[in-house]
Amino acid sequence: MDEAAVGTRRTSGDEARTIQSPSEPSLWREFLRGFLRVLRANPLTFIGFILVLIISVVALLVVLVPLVSSVILGHTVLVTPYDPNALSTDYGQPPSASHLLGTDNLGQDVFSRIVAALPLDLAIGFGITGFALLVGGGLGLVAGYWDEPRTLGGAVSVIILRITDVFLAFPSLVLALAIAASLGRGTGPSMLAILLTWWPYYVRLARGEVLAVKHQPYVMAARAGGVSEVRILFRHVLRNLAEPLLVYYTLDVGTVIVTFSTISFIGIGVPLGVPEWGSMVESYERFLLTLPWTVLSAGAAIFVTVLAFSLFGDGLRDILDPRSRRALVQAAVPSTLAAKVAAAAEA
Amino acid sequence: MTRNNSDLIIFIGKRLLQLVPVILGVVVITFFFTHVAVQNPCAIWAGPHATQDQIAACRLKFGLDSPLTDQFWAYLSSLVTGDWGTNPTTEIPVLSTISTAFPATLELVLASLAIMTVLGIPLGVIAANGAGRWADHFVRTFYLSGWATPTYLGAVILAIGVGPVLGLPTKGDFSSTPTFPRPTHMSVVDALLNLNLPAAGDAVLHLILPASALAFLNLGIATRMTRTSMLEVLPLDFVKTARMKGLSEFRVLYKHALRNALITTITILGLTAGVLLSGTVVIENIFQWPGMGEYAFGAITGYNFKGTIGVVIIFAIVVVISNLIADVLYGLLDPRVEWR
Repeated sequence: MDEAAVGTRRTSGDEARTIQSPSEPSLWREFLRGFLRVLRANPLTFIGFILVLIISVVALLVVLVPLVSSVILGHTVLVTPYDPNALSTDYGQPPSASHLLGTDNLGQDVFSRIVAALPLDLAIGFGITGFALLVGGGLGLVAGYWDEPRTLGGAVSVIILRITDVFLAFPSLVLALAIAASLGRGTGPSMLAILLTWWPYYVRLARGEVLAVKHQPYVMAARAGGVSEVRILFRHVLRNLAEPLLVYYTLDVGTVIVTFSTISFIGIGVPLGVPEWGSMVESYERFLLTLPWTVLSAGAAIFVTVLAFSLFGDGLRDILDPRSRRALVQAAVPSTLAAKVAAAAEA
Repeated sequence: MTRNNSDLIIFIGKRLLQLVPVILGVVVITFFFTHVAVQNPCAIWAGPHATQDQIAACRLKFGLDSPLTDQFWAYLSSLVTGDWGTNPTTEIPVLSTISTAFPATLELVLASLAIMTVLGIPLGVIAANGAGRWADHFVRTFYLSGWATPTYLGAVILAIGVGPVLGLPTKGDFSSTPTFPRPTHMSVVDALLNLNLPAAGDAVLHLILPASALAFLNLGIATRMTRTSMLEVLPLDFVKTARMKGLSEFRVLYKHALRNALITTITILGLTAGVLLSGTVVIENIFQWPGMGEYAFGAITGYNFKGTIGVVIIFAIVVVISNLIADVLYGLLDPRVEWR
């Protein structure tokens, strides 16, 4: 069974790799095969994957098409059916063929505004989470790997962990709000506010994984075999860290989008006039009962985006974590004698 | 491996000692961010029509002309002596507002934790037991919906859409300002202590929507953790043994498997204190619930720095203590854990 094969590789694969050095593509092929398998076994993961793909492509188009068209054609072509900030006399129109999601109280096309907001929200989600992953993950790696007491590394790791504890001790949204409010309304200040408060959890996550991995027999075997510490860190420890961090990253992109839109909802995020989902919910909330399509469309945009990343990340966890993967496959595939033997062999 | 109670007391003592550097760090971070970023808060505090003289008097009154480090030491020494400062515009002491706002938030958070536990854990068990089948997909869609709904969106829909339709109150904690004494500042508890049943019923009605909004958004955490840890426990031998003994499915799932799976869920619930407190900032603001979240919102947007720092200190204490409670509970439930 493929799953069992992947599982055995993961547990004992590193010693085998140093001795036999099998080629990298086979690892990828096995990962892809497992990936496709779980996509088929779990339709929700598949939906999430497709949605993430569509959202990302649309966001790219919204940014690239006006740029490319202005260079090639000399005038900008918008992806959105209307200019997102153009006012018109069609106030409060319900959804129709000409206005897919209707118009708001100022006659602006709601669909155009939602699509126009996509690149900003998505870039903030990917960017801030990526920064937190690099900074927090790096600090966690250092804090977990060199934590011998009474050494320079130990002292550094204690300092890192104490600072992390301070940041983890209070809700990041409150600090982000305080920073954003102090810096004044704007996209930059609210991004900076989230950036400053987002990295600590990655320190804990990375450190925990390093601590779990670094005393594994294969790490000791590598050290006994004369592999340098830096090489052990990058080839043997970091590789095991990549999976949980990747899963958390995927789930976290949605959380960052929600946090950013919350700051905008409260009125200290993006400036007035910039299409952003959170500030759209804020300005349309009083129309929930009269022009429901305005506030519900903006809300649905955040909902679908976050849901897509959650479904995808959740499924990714099932794919990457051999224990839950085994349980999932056992539940999804009728238990045959072969499956039982494979599961027993894996355990 | 033996454990005794003195180890537990030392463990708790050590953890409480760690609160000191954490709070110091929290105060330093919040103080410098707020004071460095806002150059002239007196222009805001003294009002839009203040003259130069009034602004200068305000700067003198709040000591804004002295160096930032001097201001910090002055604030820190007054903080230690129990003077947490006042709101610069209303002159109300920070601590007196916090002492009435904190119980209100505690009540809201406890109510939503109750909803989360009662709904979330069974949903997680159902999802894990039918992993990969329709029940699992349904439960996962449900909890991911809660996860994916931004706090403010859920609260706005409940406050503006659902509340008026169901006839539930959406503002504050009582329909009319209560005339009875309020020893605890928790609406339901105070009404019950005064044996005022109509007021207690009114308070419960006011609690339903904000508590549901807070619970719905975090239901996913309880459900997801229960599902994940049940998935780890269900394939184990003792569950098979329980099934082979012919125990009913309910006993197998809830008495044998869940008891072992709950350890993780309880720990994670303790760690959600921070998430819940973040949620209160938005939810209390929308439902005008007179708690810490609403106070935090007003303090942050009104440049009430001392109020902001006060709220952040209290939030930090709550997060550290609830993490400690989670750790202690974890140790009590799992005898293999050593106190250290």
